[in-house]
Formats: sequence, structure tokens, C-alpha cells
Amino acid sequence: MDIFILSIVVLIYLLMVGYVGYVAWKRTKSADDYMVAGRKTHPYIMALSYGATFISTSAIVGFGGTAGVYGMGLLWLTFLNILVGIFIAFVFFGKRTRKMGHNMGALTFPEFLSRRFNSKFIQYFSGAVIFLGMPLYASVVLIGMARFVETTLQIDYNFALVGMALIVAVYVIFGGLRGVMYTDALQGTIMFFGMLFLLASTYWVLGGVVDANQALTNLINIVPASATAKATATGFTGWTSMPSLGSPFWWTLVSTLILGVGIGVLSQPQLAVRFMTVKSNRELNRAVLIGGIFIFMMTGTAFVVGALSNVYFFDTVGKLAIAVAGGNADKIIPTFIGGAMPLWFAYLFMITLLSAAMSTLSAQVHVQGTALGRDIYETVTSKTGGSSVMIARAGIAIAVIIAVILGFILPANIIAVGTAMWFSITAASFLSLYIFALFWKRSTKVGAIAGLLTGTFFSMFWILFGYQKSAAALGICQAITGNAVILTTAPWPTVDPIVIGLPLAFVVTVVVSLLTKPPAQEHMDLCFKGI
Amino acid sequence: MVLGIEDPWIWSAYIGCILAMLLCVVYGVVNWNKGAEDEEEQIKEEMEWHKKEKEMEEKELGLWDEEG
Repeated sequence: MDIFILSIVVLIYLLMVGYVGYVAWKRTKSADDYMVAGRKTHPYIMALSYGATFISTSAIVGFGGTAGVYGMGLLWLTFLNILVGIFIAFVFFGKRTRKMGHNMGALTFPEFLSRRFNSKFIQYFSGAVIFLGMPLYASVVLIGMARFVETTLQIDYNFALVGMALIVAVYVIFGGLRGVMYTDALQGTIMFFGMLFLLASTYWVLGGVVDANQALTNLINIVPASATAKATATGFTGWTSMPSLGSPFWWTLVSTLILGVGIGVLSQPQLAVRFMTVKSNRELNRAVLIGGIFIFMMTGTAFVVGALSNVYFFDTVGKLAIAVAGGNADKIIPTFIGGAMPLWFAYLFMITLLSAAMSTLSAQVHVQGTALGRDIYETVTSKTGGSSVMIARAGIAIAVIIAVILGFILPANIIAVGTAMWFSITAASFLSLYIFALFWKRSTKVGAIAGLLTGTFFSMFWILFGYQKSAAALGICQAITGNAVILTTAPWPTVDPIVIGLPLAFVVTVVVSLLTKPPAQEHMDLCFKGI
Repeated sequence: MVLGIEDPWIWSAYIGCILAMLLCVVYGVVNWNKGAEDEEEQIKEEMEWHKKEKEMEEKELGLWDEEG
């Protein structure tokens, strides 16, 4: 750690954030000013604040490191992130969500689903899924920050984790920073150039795009077979080739990492809510352009650099990235940046990563607070205000504490898998419901509830009893059946819940909807007004 | 062999990312000024929405915002 360089980088960063915050504050004297200023929000700011909420340490540190193990096949996730997470999300989901949300006066994602299907149950049930599941996602974002700080500043991980948690707590308690889209946009801009620098200098260090990729392609023939023996036995074939079709390695890459996150992004509650804060379709159209470039640069760079770090480490220390990182993929990106990039850049990158994690964490925590306060407590008791404030605050406190505790007890190599689990639970639970809410007027309340319950309970069941990674760690299946998972034959233990849960929920929603009475025409007219 | 990558499944992902990004750029440029026909009404709707959200945050969550 070089205190002098670190201090200069931190100082410059704080000055920039302070200046942007000051400009934003000067422009908005009153709450009404804020409202007006918000309406004039440039699409650049909207897209980058969406991007900053979407992309966090999880994508860059967790999935970047995972690319060091799984190779460039992970680029299919970048492809889906752009095509599904930006293009389809903004153009097809965003516009309708905005209009319908306004028509129904829905303020949260569970409320959106609940009002569309006229069912309070949907609201508190969805709220409960979010409140119980989200700490896992928040925790892996926190772990990503702590790992980067641990490696860059060479301090103890537990110490880094507590430090990060304290910063998050202060940030959340003084929730005033939340929603300052200008600082989000500044962080997004710094991240964008940081990643551009990282991509360019990685290719530069390794002799250009073609040469570097070629070296990665050749690497599998050069490394001693023992170094990749374990991965090869499960289907790994190299960093620039897909794993053997149908092998456990292939299933994890394709079903969990690529599909889970690539498709699951559509039903992320903290992202869906953002669509309702856009003033017109034009803003969404423009945001597609900026968001597309931003996500391309963020995840594309992380995955390419993660995979290429193998070439760098093999050339310099004769080891693969995962070996240099001590077997923990979560430490590959921090170790690579610490080793291959100039020190000032490592510090700058650390600070921007921290701020990216902050914007994601604050959105997560906010959604958890509303899930407990508005979606569960108020819906169940029909009370508003007063005690609901206490409940929401307690919910936020509990959420942060659980996330920190999980940060201590979760094993290594967890960031990408933990993120993917959360995305696939939300996809199995909410996605079919959300799609039908937006696009199928014939879908009914009973059909929606049936789909919601099917998706949620199937994915929970599969996580406890079917999916090797989670079931073995939790040990419940072992205790009941004597086996780690119920179906031990390949590929079942490596098939992600989303692969079965989502189609199942989809079919159940359609079948039950067709068997039940169609919803009232007036309600449909209200929901679909102007669509 | 494309860009030093042999497996067509991988280089197509590499190229696919670039094409998907270009799709977003082209879409954004073509529709840059479209979709704002009923902007006035939309702004009103969104202001209403935002006001309600703010009320919820203050009254139900006890959060306050520096934004104002």
C-alpha cells in the first residue's frame, strides 16, 4: 500500500464527487425544483444510473474472476446482458412497465404485479420472496468489495468486510445520498473509462487483440495437464472453446451463469422500478444507446480480461489465474489489477468499484425496506404510516446485518454463483407473471398466483434438494434422504433451477388462466390505457 | 480462426457482443427524437408517481432525501 498515491487518488475522487454534488445541490433548491430537474434528466444520466445499479462488484470482480476459470464462453452473458438486459428490457418491457405502472399507481415491483392481477396476496408473497432472498445478493456485492480492498490494500479480509459494512451502514442511515443520479452518473463515467483503460492496457501488455486471444487459445496445450485436470474431468476444454456439450462444466456455464443472470435481469425488482421514473419513451430510446455501450464495456471487459489474465499470469509467474488467486476465483480480478496495472490505477479502480457497489447496495436495501414495510406489513395489516416506518427501518437494519453475517460465513468462489442463484429465483418466481402482466390480457389472477407459487416453490425445492452446489452446502437433502441431491445422475445436479422453474411457471400460468374466468374488462382498460 | 479464437461458439459470442452493442446504438440513433409526442401528459403522470413515491418513503420508510 502506498499511502501517498492512495491519498491523492482519494482526494481527487472526493473533489470530483463533491463538485458534482454541489452543482446538483445548487440547481435544486426545493423538492419541487428537484422534481422539475428530475424531469429534465438527461438520458445519459438515466442510462448510467440504471447501469450503475445493474453493474456492481458482482459483475466485475465475481463474474470477471469466473471468466478466468470458465473462459470466454462467458461472453454469451455479455451478449444477453446487452440484448436482453438493455434492448429487450428498455424497448419491450420498460415502455409498458412505465405506462402501466402509472395507470395503476404502483410504487413497488410487488405492488405493480399485485395491482395488475388485483391480488393482495401477490404483493405480500412477492415482498416476502424479495425480503428473504435479497440479502444473498447484497452479501455477494459486499464480498466483492471486501475482496478488492483486501488484495489492493493488502489488509485482512474480515477487517475489510467490517469496514465496508460500516461504510454501507452510514451510507444507508444518511440515506440522503441515495438517488443522487448525478453522482451515479459520475461513477458510471469513471467506471467506463476505467474499464476502457483496463481493456486496452491488457491487450497492449499481451501484444494486441489477435495475439492475446491466440495465446489464450494455445494456453490449454502448454499448461501442464495437472493444472487443469480437475476442470477437464468435468468438461473443460480450454479458455476459448465451449466446454463439452452436456458436461457438468457446460451446464454450470450455460444454465447458471449465462441463462440465470442473462434472463433473470428482466425481473429484478430494483431495476423494474426504474422504468417508472422515466418521463417518456424517448428517454428510454436514448438510454438504449448509452446503456448498450456501457454494459458492453463493463461486462465485456471484465470477462475478456478475466479470461486473458491466465495468459498474463502464465507468462509472468508460470501459473494459471486461479492458482495465483489461491483457488478463489473472487480474487482473480483484484490480483490481476494489482499485478499488471499501475498502482494509481488499482487505487482508482478500487474507489470506483466501491461506488458502483454502493449504488447497487443502496438500491437493494431500499427495495428490501419497501418489501417489508409497504408490500408485507401494510398489505397484511392495512395500516399505513407510524408503525410501518419502524418496520421498514428494522427491515433495512436486519437486511444489512444478514448481508454482513453472510459475508463472513459464505465460502470462496461465491460471488458469481450467489448472484446467479438470486437471479434465477427471481426469474422463476416473477418473470412469467411479469411477462403476462405486460403482454397477455387474458391472464387471470388465479393463473398468476399459480405461476408465482409454482416458480417460487420449485426453485426453492431445487436449491435445497436438486442443485448440487447449494444442496450440498445446505445439507438438508443429505439429512433427509442420505444423498446430497435427489437426482444423482448427470446432468441434473448441475441444472440450474431457472431451466425448469421458469418454463414450469410459464405453462402453469397459461393453463390455469385459460381454465379460469377472464379478468374484468374495466380493469384491463385501466391497466392498458394508452398502451 | 477469427480474432485468434478457433471455436465458432466463442468467436460468435465475441462478435455477437459487438453486434448487440451496435444494435443498441443504431436503435438509439434512429429513435433519438421519437416517443416524446405526449411528453407533457407523461411528465404530469410521472410527477404524480414521484410525489407518491416520495410520500411513501417519508411516511412509511422514514427515509429523507437530500435531493430536495
